[in-house]
Order: sequence, then C-alpha cells, then structure tokens
Amino acid sequence: MNTVTLTPKKQSDLYLEVNNITPDMFAGKSTEQIAALPVYVGNTEHPLGEFFTVTGAAGASAAETRIVIKGDSSRLKYIGMKMTAGEIEVEGSADQYVGGWMAGGKIHVQGNVQAFAGVGMRGGELLVDGNAGDYLGAAYRGDWRGMQGGKIYIKGNAGSDLGYFMNGGTIVVDGDVDVFVGTHAEGGTIIIKGNAKSKVGGQMVQGEIYVFGTIDVMLPGYIYRQELEKEVEGMKGKFALFEGDTAERHPKRKGQLQYAKLYLKQ
Amino acid sequence: MTEFLIKNGFVFDPTLKIKGDVADVAIKNGKIVETDAVKKPKVIDASGKTVMAGGLEIHAHIAGPKVNVGRIYRPEDKLFNATAGLKATPTHMNTRMEGGFSIPTTYKTGYNYARLGYTTAMEAAMPPLFARHVHEEMRDTPIIDEGAYPVFGNNWFVLEYIKNREINNTAAYIAWLLEATKGFAIKSVNPGGTEAWGWGLNCLQVTDPVPYFDVTPQEITTGLIEANELLGLPHSLHIHGNNLGNPGNYTTTLDTLKAAEGHKAKNKFHREQVLHHTHIQFHSYGGDKWANFESKARPIMDYVNKHKNITVDVGFVTLDETTTMTADGPFEHHLTELNHLKWANVDVELETAAGVVPYVYSPDIFVCGVQWAIGLEIALLSKDPMRCFITTDHPNAGPFTRYPRILKWLMSQKARDEQIKAFKNSDKVVNGSEIASFDRELTLYEVAAMTRAGPAKALGLSHMYGGLKPGLDADVAVYNFNPEKENSPDEIEKAFSTVQYLFKTGEKIIKDGEIVSNGNKRTLWVHAKVEENPQVMRDIEEKFVKYYTVTKGNYEVHGKHFIPNPLAIEVDAT
Amino acid sequence: MTKTITDVICPFCGTLCDDIEVTVSDDGKKILEVFNACAIGNEKFHHAMAKDRPVRPRMQQADGTYKEVSYDEAVEYTAQMLANAKKPLMYGWSSTNCEAQSIGHEIAEAVGAVVDNTAAVCHGTTLIAVQDVGIPSCTLGEIKNRADRILFWGCNPAHAHPRHMSRYSIFPRGFFTGKGSQSRKLIVVDPRHSDTSKLADVYYQVEQGRDYELLQAFRTALKGEWLPDVVAGIPKERIYEGAELMKSGRFGIIFFGMGVTQTLGKNHNIDAAISLTKDLNEYTKFSIMPMRGHYNVTGSGEVLAWQFGFPYSVDLSRGYARYNPGDTSSIDLLIRGEVDSVFTIASDPGAHFPISAVKRIASLPSVAVDPHITPTTEVSKLHVPVAFVGIEVGGNAYRMDNVPIDTRKVVDPPEGVLTDEQFLERVLIRVKELKGVKA
Ligand code: SF4
Ligand SMILES: [Zn+2]
Repeated sequence: MNTVTLTPKKQSDLYLEVNNITPDMFAGKSTEQIAALPVYVGNTEHPLGEFFTVTGAAGASAAETRIVIKGDSSRLKYIGMKMTAGEIEVEGSADQYVGGWMAGGKIHVQGNVQAFAGVGMRGGELLVDGNAGDYLGAAYRGDWRGMQGGKIYIKGNAGSDLGYFMNGGTIVVDGDVDVFVGTHAEGGTIIIKGNAKSKVGGQMVQGEIYVFGTIDVMLPGYIYRQELEKEVEGMKGKFALFEGDTAERHPKRKGQLQYAKLYLKQ
Repeated sequence: MTEFLIKNGFVFDPTLKIKGDVADVAIKNGKIVETDAVKKPKVIDASGKTVMAGGLEIHAHIAGPKVNVGRIYRPEDKLFNATAGLKATPTHMNTRMEGGFSIPTTYKTGYNYARLGYTTAMEAAMPPLFARHVHEEMRDTPIIDEGAYPVFGNNWFVLEYIKNREINNTAAYIAWLLEATKGFAIKSVNPGGTEAWGWGLNCLQVTDPVPYFDVTPQEITTGLIEANELLGLPHSLHIHGNNLGNPGNYTTTLDTLKAAEGHKAKNKFHREQVLHHTHIQFHSYGGDKWANFESKARPIMDYVNKHKNITVDVGFVTLDETTTMTADGPFEHHLTELNHLKWANVDVELETAAGVVPYVYSPDIFVCGVQWAIGLEIALLSKDPMRCFITTDHPNAGPFTRYPRILKWLMSQKARDEQIKAFKNSDKVVNGSEIASFDRELTLYEVAAMTRAGPAKALGLSHMYGGLKPGLDADVAVYNFNPEKENSPDEIEKAFSTVQYLFKTGEKIIKDGEIVSNGNKRTLWVHAKVEENPQVMRDIEEKFVKYYTVTKGNYEVHGKHFIPNPLAIEVDAT
Repeated sequence: MTKTITDVICPFCGTLCDDIEVTVSDDGKKILEVFNACAIGNEKFHHAMAKDRPVRPRMQQADGTYKEVSYDEAVEYTAQMLANAKKPLMYGWSSTNCEAQSIGHEIAEAVGAVVDNTAAVCHGTTLIAVQDVGIPSCTLGEIKNRADRILFWGCNPAHAHPRHMSRYSIFPRGFFTGKGSQSRKLIVVDPRHSDTSKLADVYYQVEQGRDYELLQAFRTALKGEWLPDVVAGIPKERIYEGAELMKSGRFGIIFFGMGVTQTLGKNHNIDAAISLTKDLNEYTKFSIMPMRGHYNVTGSGEVLAWQFGFPYSVDLSRGYARYNPGDTSSIDLLIRGEVDSVFTIASDPGAHFPISAVKRIASLPSVAVDPHITPTTEVSKLHVPVAFVGIEVGGNAYRMDNVPIDTRKVVDPPEGVLTDEQFLERVLIRVKELKGVKA
C-alpha cells in the first residue's frame, strides 16, 4: 500500500469541500495530478495543491492507496466521501460528512468529527477517537434506506439522530449519546456503552440497540420481555430485553411479528 | 424569423403518409412551408438522419401541486443528479440549473422534453383550486408548449348536475371553469371514487354509488362525454377509470370504455374519439390477487381496436425507482399500505384529491415484470397506432426520460428478450403475460403516429401539431438515427435520447444535441363560448359563498405573471 | 369619493384571508378603513400608512448612523456584495410574492448563493418530517365542510392565526357540518393553557418536551397495545380515550405549530404526528396541517421546490442545488461561519435568530430589504425600503394549505419607492453584468 500525505499550507477563509480526497480519486495519479484535483470554497474552485503540499505516492488502485491528512482538518467537509477502498488517516479533527456514502475502505480520525459522518454509508469502516456530531450513520434526507453496512466506531460521545433509518451495519459508541437513537431503523446494530437520554428506538421496525448505561426516559412503545446473558463487543453481561416500537408496523415471519430489540444492561 | 431547410433526412410523417422517404422540410415564420417557399434558408444537413415532427406528450404529471409535493418530499430523488446550468457565452444561451430524476425541476422538465425531440406536453391533472400553481410551474418550464386538464370527475357541481341529468348545466359549468382556470380539457380521475375518498372510501366499480351524491361513476362518465360533445371541445373526455392498479380490474376498464358506445365526436377539430382512456396498462390486469396476477392486455386491446371512438395511452412501466402521483387519492393510500413508503395526500375542497407515494418497479419482483409486459403488449396489439399513444403516465410508471428505452423495446424483439431474460422471475413473467410470443417490431412510421400525429389528432390540435405538412407549426426533430442501417437495441435507445436538432415554432432550440435557446413557450387553453346560463352562475356564486374558502373573485386565474404567453383555442358552443 | 376594494388578501399570516374589504381615498393613495380583518391584519394595512416610514435606502456609516442613498447606489452595493461573495446567504422571502422570489432565485443562481426562507425557524422541521414519512393533508375547505374532530397541537390560533377558527376550523358551517362548532369535537394539546385550550372539549397538558412520547403513545393506544400508566404526564386511560375519540370521528384534522416544531424532538414530533394521522386513516379519514406563520412562507417553499427541487435551505454555491438542513440551513451557516455576506428580504432574522447568528450578520457585508425598520435592518450595512406586497403591489402567495391566492394592490406605494420585484430585477441585471452573463 502506498501513502499520499497532505500537509496543509494555507487555511481557507471559508470551509473547504474536499470530496475529492479519497483513495478512489487519488489512485493511479502522480502527486502533481493529485495537487491539481479541484477543491471548493463556496462558489470558487481551487486546485488541492493551493491548500496542501502533496507528498508520497498513490497506489495503482484505491485499495492500494492510503491518505494521511496532517494538521487540523476541522474545516474540511466531505473527507472520504463515496470512497470504496483504501485508507484515510486524519490526524486532527474533521468537519461534516466524513465518510459520507462510503462503500468500503477505512477512515480513521484522531480527533472529532462533526455532523453527518457516515451518512448513507454502505460499507467499510469509520473509526473516530474523539466525539461525533449529530446524524452519525444516518440516512440522507428523505431516504428510507439509511446505513446499509459497514462499521462505525466512536470512542467518545455522539450527538442526536444516530443511526437514523439504519438498515444494516454496526455503530458502536463508547461514550454517551444524545436523543433519538435508531429512529425508523429496519435493521443493523447500535451499541451505546455510555448513557442515552430519551427517544431511543422510536418508530423502529427491526434491528438491535444495546445500551450499557442508562436511558433517562423509555418510550411508551417498548415492552419488557425477559432478562438474558449476552456477549456484546467482547463484554459479557446480563441484559433486560425490551421489544418495540409497538406504535410502528412490524413484519411477520412464520406467523410471528418481528420487533426491534432494545437491550438494557443490568 | 430565420428560414431553415432541413435537407435529405429520412422523413416519417403519418399526416403526409411519408414512411422514411428522403425528403426536405422547410421552415419559415414559425411554420412548415413548401420547400420552394424559402429564399435564403439556413441549411441543416439531415442526410442519414431521421426527421419527424416534434413529439407530443398527451399525459404527464409535470406541473402543479402534487408534482411539487413530490419534489418537496423527495430530496433523495435529487441526490447526486443535480447539474449546473450552462453559463452564457457569446455563442451560447444561458440555461438554468437542473435536478431530479423521477420528478425533475421545471427547468429540467422543459429541457429534457426538448432533448427527446418533444415540443408540446399536457399536464394531466390540474386541481382547479390550484390552477395558479400549475400555471406558475408551466411558466417556468422552458421551450415546450403546455396545457393542463382540470379534473371534473369528482367535482360537486358536476356530481349534482349529472345526478339531475342536467347536461346543459354541466357543459356551462365546464366552460366557465375552463376559462376560470385556463384549462385545456375535461379530465376525470376515478370518477366518484375520489369524492368517496373524502370519507376514506372508494368507488371500485362503475356502478358503486358515490356517498351522499348518489350518482355512479358510469353516469358521471356518460354525462361528461355528453357535455364534452355538446361543447365540441378539441379534446375528448380524458379518463383515468375506476379500480386502477388492482388485480382483475380489466373488467372495470371494459365497463368504463362501454360508456363511449353510441356516442359520436362532434367538433370542428377533426377529432374522432369521444373517450380517451389514459395509462391503460394500469387498468388491464387479470387474476384476483397478486399471486396470480396476469396480463389482460388482449381483451382490452380487442375492445379498443374495434371501437374507433376510443383512444388510449399506455403508461409503460420502465422498471425504475419512481414517484407515483395521481388524483386517485384512495389508490395512493392503498399503495402506501402495500409498500410502506411515505405517503402524501391532498384532498381539495369540492373538487378532487391527490396522493403521492414513491415506488420501486423492481425487475426482481414478478408483478413489476408483468406490468412491464402489459405496457408493451398493449402497444404491440394495437391495430391503429393513431389511437394508441406512448406515455409512462410520467412519473407514475416511470419517468418520461425513458421514452428512448421504450422505443427500444417496441422496435426490437431482441431488446425485449434481453429484458425478459434479466428478470429474476422470468418464467413467472412469461407465464403471466404474452410478451414472449410477440415478434412485432414497431416501425418509425408507427412510432411517429403514436407520439406525434396520433396525440395531435386526439387532442384536436392536428391543425397545429403532429406533422410536417405545410401550414403546421414548425416543430421538427432531427435524430441521429439511420433507419436503413442495422441498429442494435442500445443504438436505438441512444439515438432517441438526444435529438441532433430541434425546432420549435420555427426557432432553433437544440443544435448538435445542445440547448441553444429557451424558446418561446405558450400555454394552451380552451375558450368555450356558451349561451348565458343564469342558473349555473347562481350556483357558482352560492357555492363560493357557502363552501369554498376562497372568494370567487380570488379563484379565477388572471394576469401575465401566471400566463405570459397564452394561446386560446376558441370554441363556439352557443 | 372613496372607493371600496373587495376580495382583498391580508398579507400577514398563513391564514391568508381573502375576504378583506378596504376603503381607499379618492386619489388611491390612502387606506381609510379595513373590514373583516382581525386586529393584527388590520394593523398591517394601517402600518403601510405610517408617516415615519423610510422611503429611500439607508447606508450604515462608520459611526453606526444611517445615511440616505439612492436606489441606484443600493442596487450597486447589493450587486457588488453578492457578485463578489464566495458563499452569500440570501434569506427570508416569506413576506413577499412568488414573482419576487423567482427573481431572487435567478440572482442566487448567478452568484452561487444559499437561498433559505423562514421555515428555517418555524416549519423547516415539518418539511424534514414530510420528507421522511409524507403528509396526508387537505385544503382548509375540507375541514370546513367535513371535519368533526379538530386537534390543535402546540399552537394557539386564537393569538397567532386569529381568523383560522372562524373561517376554517371550529366555527364554520360547511356542507356536511351544518351545525358548525356543535358538529365538532375540539382537542387541544399544549404544555400551557391558552385561549385556544379554553375552547377545548378535551385538553391534554403534555409535559414539556414529551410531545414525541405522547404522540407515539396515541399510536400505540390506537393499535390497542400496552401502555405504561403515565406517559408525558398523562394517565394512560386518557390516552386510550383520546385515541377512541379520534377514531370515532368521520373526518379529523391535526393542526400543529411551533410548540412542537421547535421544541425537543422537533422534526420527530411532526413525524410521529404524521404517522398518527396515517394510522388513523386505517379507521377513518384524517389529515394533518402545519400552521404556517408568514403569509407566503409556503409559497417560497413551493417556488424553490419547482425551480431547484428543495423547499428551503438550498445551497447553490457549487453551481447546482444541494440541500441538507444542519449544513445548508441559515442558522448553522451563520454560527459555523460558512457564509461571507448576508442578503435578507421579507423577514426579520434579527428578531428571530439566536444572538450569535445575528452578531455574524452584523459583522458581514449585509443588505436588508424590508418596508419597515426592523432589528434586521438595524444590524445590516444597507437597508432598502420597499413597497408592501399585498397592499401596494399584488402578486401570488400560498396559504398554509398550499392554495395559491393572488394578492392585490389597494394603494400606490409612496412616491419613488420600489417594489421587491423592481429592486431585485435591477440587482439581477447588474449581477449578470458583473458575472459576464448575457442578460
Ligand atoms: S387571520 Fe391572519 S390573514 Fe386573516 S386577517 Fe388575521 S392576520 Fe390577516
Ligand atoms: Zn396520470
């Protein structure tokens, strides 16, 4: 695997849209060609090289290309958007849409990410050492097909609307989360190791949510079923299983209604 | 105005009975003229290319409240497909931004029709109370001429008059409303059923009485046909019958079509039909549940072929993710119960309703495959292409931008076979339909009838559109398609996807596949003069005072800000 | 001789009453009397007659005072500001006509701006919910003619939409509702008592921030499922009763306002309310409608949607339209520092945005177009006074139920004052020159 390193040389006055910073776009290109890729500030277009020094070399394919972004990326939007393979290492924090609509490969952000990280995600891995904003692993507006696959791992806390309309894949948050978790989900797994506030699993059809800490207020449409042993993310424990959301429609399998499952650690 | 001479193309034109002969087409002052009438024309070399009149869309949902609900509530329909407008340069016209797939923005709608070689389109369902909205959107749809059909089939005035068999009053009211809304024709959607939907009910059969109003769909249809012919409007009654989309509905459709029996067209526009049944694909279903769903295209088309006073358009299923929208409110509710996707509904006081639900016609689903087959069977069973028109009921069965793909399927058995093979349940699709046994391949002459001459005649606009006869509007499309060569299915689709040249009322709109003018679009409406009818005028006053929430003075559409360039078709029914 | 003009439309709230009568002076310059309007509507008409109304553009000076400038100078400043910006915000549009909005959109397209309307602070969350689950709705006449169950959730029409109850919802006698309010049951849900809740047959005092839970509980009750003893402060028996009451009607409607769209839960509250409405259609006929505030905020959404595909928060900066509230929405853009100039029209963000966002407007090149002096004009570099739409110039507007109504001119604007359309048209021409776009 080859590595391309982007070292910031100039801050932009407004935010920089860097949807072209992906292994897919870099693969097979020389550093000069990479430096010539467009980035956007509002309605203006600039070569990437105006804001970054590009060093190293890209691989022949996305899968063979690793990108390291040095310094502070907290004003870069769309890092790794639609990437299908390869790796991105962000040494600082990143702004919105990190890994938006990504289908494969891996992104590691050492700092925080803002809203819409992993929006419309289909596959691959997104790992964040710090906190995530709202709409982590959510669907794009209006789409009933949210996160389809892949894994998101947040070591810090996450905002509201995590896993909105989730259909598949896994989201793990080591810390706490804000309101609305897994709303409208029809599949996938959400694991919250810290606390949740309220509105967890609202309008959820199918899928699983694990909460290791507390939930401030449970939704009325969740019914306690039983206590059971579970091993989750390498941790064993007793969980109380709730099923819901009874307010919502649910499909039948073998004559049995299929509910979403909410596991609360005891 | 510039003169043009389009030279040496293969011309297809049913109005002139030209079937692919090499000929020239001359344009002057916005009209087609004899080739010797142009002095110093700009010459377009069309050798090796196909030349036809501009296409005519007889039924699409492209402007107005429910279309815009679709746009508003489907941001995902625009994700990653919005494009920039073309900035003006010294040689280039400025075009506006475009976006959307199944429910494109108004600008994209106009540009896309032009790219397909279409120059006129009819908005298929205008709720009268929302007429202003429809007109504003049509104003912002560049290039193409447009008209809109106000809906009447569930209108309280109409229900009451027809119940009392007051056809004169029905006609007088229709004339008033066409003028008030600047509408083009009489549309009826699920007659009676949509009013029943006001209470969450429906009329599935033509004999189901409408709650409270106590009149049947059959009576409404007959009454509207009579009123239409009393007025002598350019178009006939344009109907979307009851029981749309349900297994076994073809019998309801035959019942609906029977309303035309014994009626004869009376008008000065050379229109011959008294009833146009739209998107008949959705109404040609057999079986009694989804599991034994099957095509009944044959009995429907047998009937249509035998009855010259009926025209139809197909409503081809294009196998796309799309957005369904219709004034058939109860149907959309039924659909959201089936697919659980987001449901919008608008009931309109005293007049109509509308529903919107996204739909994915998946080639992996057996029913979708059969629906696809039914559309093609209808066109291929048609004995008179002047009475069977190509539509997708845009965007209901698919977006109109798929017309080139439909042409591919209609013109090539190989293309159909490839699609049949690609279905996940190909055996079931073949069992549930006849499509696999069809070897008919439509000719371009037939296509020209189904997309140009036929719709023009059915709309009563053959004096303006649909052909290349001198005197007609100079709407001409030149496709990069050589009919004398062997063309693969994909070459057919590609050639008809973007015209090489397009002229609209004599103005060059597209050159080398690129839009060079926003044109000079017109809004068509029908001005029908009737004898004064004080009773109807009193009824109108009364209903506005008692039941509408706008005043009569604030109902009528006036002003250039709604219709900058109107074209009134005059009818004298006094 | 005075003249009386009938069928006048009140350009104030989303009720968009169209039965106003206005008497004007002989010379067509003065409004003498206004009939049928409510107090706030009345006030709006008379406001146009205020003596101290600004009639020329005013440019802020270094010391904070304002200096009168010509419209030519105002056009030039505005066009330069927009044409030179990398990401200008063009906000407002809710109290002007659709024709002005259209011209504004063309400017925005030419300069690559973000266009947003006041849904950003009221019913934008409703639009998000509609995008997620749809909306079964109807026109207001359907309610007048059919409805026997009326719910007001988180709104107080008695104050915000004064004629709503008499024209459309509670009192009118319609075709199937000949007994007026006696044929209807009124349910009110609000954390606070209000003049509207006083009229209610049934009142639910929901716990603050628990609307989502209560709405979902109604849905659960409707399905006959188990409920905890108390949800959102309401005992479960009352929730089952409420569900029965809704179900037992022939035609019901939920009206909702900013009490649910802008409190905890936001779009999800509306999502649940819409889902409840959808569920109710399994049993009877039910509709739901937002109580839109500004008289033409609905129209702004409509025009944006047919021109660009999205109803608010439309980002045109990259040359094509993008939409994602949270990113492309005005308050987020201002607070995050994403825009470099601000054009406001027909709205008052200065009064309705969070203070940090307002401070950002004050720190940027900014133009405010408004007939009045407002908190927004006071923080903007340039104030361009214009004619009152619906009073001094006509043009199309959309009622809260999306019904288009063409507003009317009743008097002339003061000598020399431009309309929104005239001012924007001139800015558009100048912007196109500056951008090298053929006019
Ligand atoms: S209710 Fe609203 S629109 Fe009607 S008069 Fe009052 S302010 Fe004007
Ligand atoms: Zn249709």
